[in-house]
Amino acid sequence: MTENVTIRIQEADFDIAREIAALTKGRTDIGAVVSFSGICRGSEGGETIAALTLEHYPGMAEAEIARHADTAMSRWPLTGLTVIHRVGRIVAGENIVLVLTASQHRQAAFAAAEFLMDYLKANAPFWKREETSAGTGWVEAHQHDDDAAARWTKS
Amino acid sequence: MKVKYFAWVRERVGKAEENVEPPASVRTVDDLIAWLARRGESYAHAFETPRVIRAAIDHAHVKPDTIIAGAREIAFFPPMTGG
Repeated sequence: MTENVTIRIQEADFDIAREIAALTKGRTDIGAVVSFSGICRGSEGGETIAALTLEHYPGMAEAEIARHADTAMSRWPLTGLTVIHRVGRIVAGENIVLVLTASQHRQAAFAAAEFLMDYLKANAPFWKREETSAGTGWVEAHQHDDDAAARWTKS
Repeated sequence: MKVKYFAWVRERVGKAEENVEPPASVRTVDDLIAWLARRGESYAHAFETPRVIRAAIDHAHVKPDTIIAGAREIAFFPPMTGG
């Protein structure tokens, strides 16, 4: 069977059930699908967040995600994966990002999904601007996101 | 070469992209940041803390000491906050 890799950057929301169906359609060799959704929180550190606006670097964002998808496909026995990252204005409670990984067994699917999210957060060129009651401002990067990505290179 | 700016770097510079012709003495990413920072107040503000600025050449992340010769497109941006 061929490997099934889907990468999309889009303004529109995504339908998780439809994406899982697309990843598993016509196959009987998949025993596990792991789904991670990143959702826009309505508050951060006691501050209410109305919405986020996501900016990205067209061309590089796709290239970075594809590079990490290739790494995941070669590092774990996956039958396929899906990464969808939204851009533009996203209000609290809405989806931001979707990672799906499919494999014969759950261990590979869990590990690959976590790897992909850790790498996306630290290396994919997206930036969040948040709207709070105090005004709007760029979200600052967290050192723990870099640390989370770095732990995958240690083993 | 084409230079692109994103997020608050773009806002501070006041433009998303431009074509620049730095002199031959500008060899590395760090050199280019220092050269851009001298182009005016908005650039000086954007690049006032060079160590927090990330760079990419032709869609791939690069380190500050990377040679820029042959680059078609160089981008400058803050640490990423996607996902």
